[in-house]
Amino acid sequence: MPREDVMEWLRSQFMPHIWCPGCGHGIVMHALLRALSDLQKDPTKTVISSGIGCSSRLPGYVNACTLHTTHGRSLAFATGVKLANPELTVVDVMGDGDCSAIGGNHFIHACRRNIGITAIVMNNNIYGMTGGQASPTTPHGAYASTTPYGAIDPAFDLCKLAIGAGATYVARATIAQPQLCETLIKKAIQNDGFSVVEIVTHCHTQFGRKNKRSRPLDNFNFFKDHSVMKAKADTMSPEELEGKIVIGELHNVKGEEYTHRYQQLIERVRG
Amino acid sequence: MPRVEFWQGNKAIAMGGIAAGCRFYGGYPITPSTEVAEVMAEELPLVGGKFIQMEDEIAGIAAAIGAALTGVKAMTATSGPGFSLKQENLGYAYMAEIPLVVVDVMRGGPSTGLPTKVSQADVMQARWGTHGDHGTIAYAPSSVQDSFDLTVKAFNMSERFRQPVLIMTDEVVGHMREKIVVPDSVETVDRKRPSVPADQFVPYKADDDDVPPMAAFGDGYRWHVTGLTSNDWGFPTNNASDIDKKATRIIRKVDRFRDEIVEYSCESLEDAEILVVSYGSVSRSALRAVRELRAKGVKVGHFRPITLWPFPDKELRSLPSNVKKVIVPELNAGQMVLEVERVMGGVAEVISKTLINGELFKPAQIAAAVEEVA
Repeated sequence: MPREDVMEWLRSQFMPHIWCPGCGHGIVMHALLRALSDLQKDPTKTVISSGIGCSSRLPGYVNACTLHTTHGRSLAFATGVKLANPELTVVDVMGDGDCSAIGGNHFIHACRRNIGITAIVMNNNIYGMTGGQASPTTPHGAYASTTPYGAIDPAFDLCKLAIGAGATYVARATIAQPQLCETLIKKAIQNDGFSVVEIVTHCHTQFGRKNKRSRPLDNFNFFKDHSVMKAKADTMSPEELEGKIVIGELHNVKGEEYTHRYQQLIERVRG
Repeated sequence: MPRVEFWQGNKAIAMGGIAAGCRFYGGYPITPSTEVAEVMAEELPLVGGKFIQMEDEIAGIAAAIGAALTGVKAMTATSGPGFSLKQENLGYAYMAEIPLVVVDVMRGGPSTGLPTKVSQADVMQARWGTHGDHGTIAYAPSSVQDSFDLTVKAFNMSERFRQPVLIMTDEVVGHMREKIVVPDSVETVDRKRPSVPADQFVPYKADDDDVPPMAAFGDGYRWHVTGLTSNDWGFPTNNASDIDKKATRIIRKVDRFRDEIVEYSCESLEDAEILVVSYGSVSRSALRAVRELRAKGVKVGHFRPITLWPFPDKELRSLPSNVKKVIVPELNAGQMVLEVERVMGGVAEVISKTLINGELFKPAQIAAAVEEVA
């Protein structure tokens, strides 16, 4: 059951949600709502945007200003929202396909601008809604309906991508660490700049059943067994890190936020 | 005091937008529309507005939609290939009912085609370019003055009907410079805002005019926006009657007010036996041809749709019945002529004159087409 104080943030009249029983997306949503509640955000000043896919249905259940956009484009919409009204708290939730395939260009440019938006990428390594096709984060060798002989493409490391492109806060957790998810999301929202929190989750329905993780618990245990905190990972060799999921705060630097820069520009040219 | 300027068509579009209250521009460079973005980049911060050059055409319109949701008047401009890319989120804006102005400075196509040369080959794309059905409002300016005035109107219509409105200009009108009288101020329309308390707000419940009042993100209401077919709550639906309600309303809200939207101009119609129907830059050549032929005693008139969509069909149909031949010169392979055929077919002979070599019709070419059938 959700923590009581987050009920204010839920559109329970639109439940039951569309996610499969055992889906990890609910854990992410709960962590996000706890973070927003703890930070005492005003739902009427909070915009939750998303693209297309299972993960992108999340905003519909959140009682705030919610924006379900087109596939991959949510960060471009969110950029317009934030630039037009910088007072709004903007959180963009995406899936792995949304973020790194069709929306890859928008993702790197949002990182580059360092605009004050928090992107939460719910990475389940698959296109779940369309029936289990491979995504850019499907692990090498994994099975999907479009990789019936195993994926030959290398997978993206979304956090490295975000750091390389200029995001100022980048972190990762899995749904096996709900408390860490909440802590990282909170810090991401507090960062005055572009933040990325990758949350590794599962699609037991589409990914799991083809890859020997068909029960939700198989995935939960897999994530627990394969997660390594950043501090420990820093002491491990690349061979030891093979197949591991490095979690925690990966990158946290200062950088001037985009809408502040634009405001300064306005003040400068208006004299 | 209204002031006289010597402006380029694309600049007049940008300045018309600002006069109408546009305070956000999201775009991407593309010839021959780039000047709209350049003028906006310079002018918007001076009035406290925001300009952003996005990473691609799709993002340009997406950012404009996002801004519009915060209560700001927003626009984007593009050309040919960019207009193709914008179709995705143009459809989103029709479905989610977002006020927005989208400018297409038409150039030759398909594909990269003729980046620096004129065309009118996107006029059907303006109507049917995105997937699915919706009402369309599209203006075709033929002068620099028009570029300013029609952009103001486009903003007003987009606010009134809560949907995207298109400016279908072309490379000739966009790039030419001529005299324009810039008014001190213009009449503007702002979208209806909800008047009910936040807990009673039903975001897509339309008023009697089929247009729902629109809240802004940040102004105290909580609501959901989606490109999925949704019910009055803005929540996705699979219920056939809810689907029908939404799907028909976004067409009807334009259809039922078409008399207030449709604009056209005409000249020398009284005793005309031959009618030239043209729009945009072509109407400049056509008018010159018609005037010269009139001076020679040829009974020819001119009809110019100013709104391409809704097409002024009723108005064209009610023209004097002595018109026996209608000539439709267009810089495409024959697009708006299909509408003219729909209206005049069986009443008069409709003749399509097409030019798709990147040049503008010369008055003499149109005059020759008239004299051929006179």
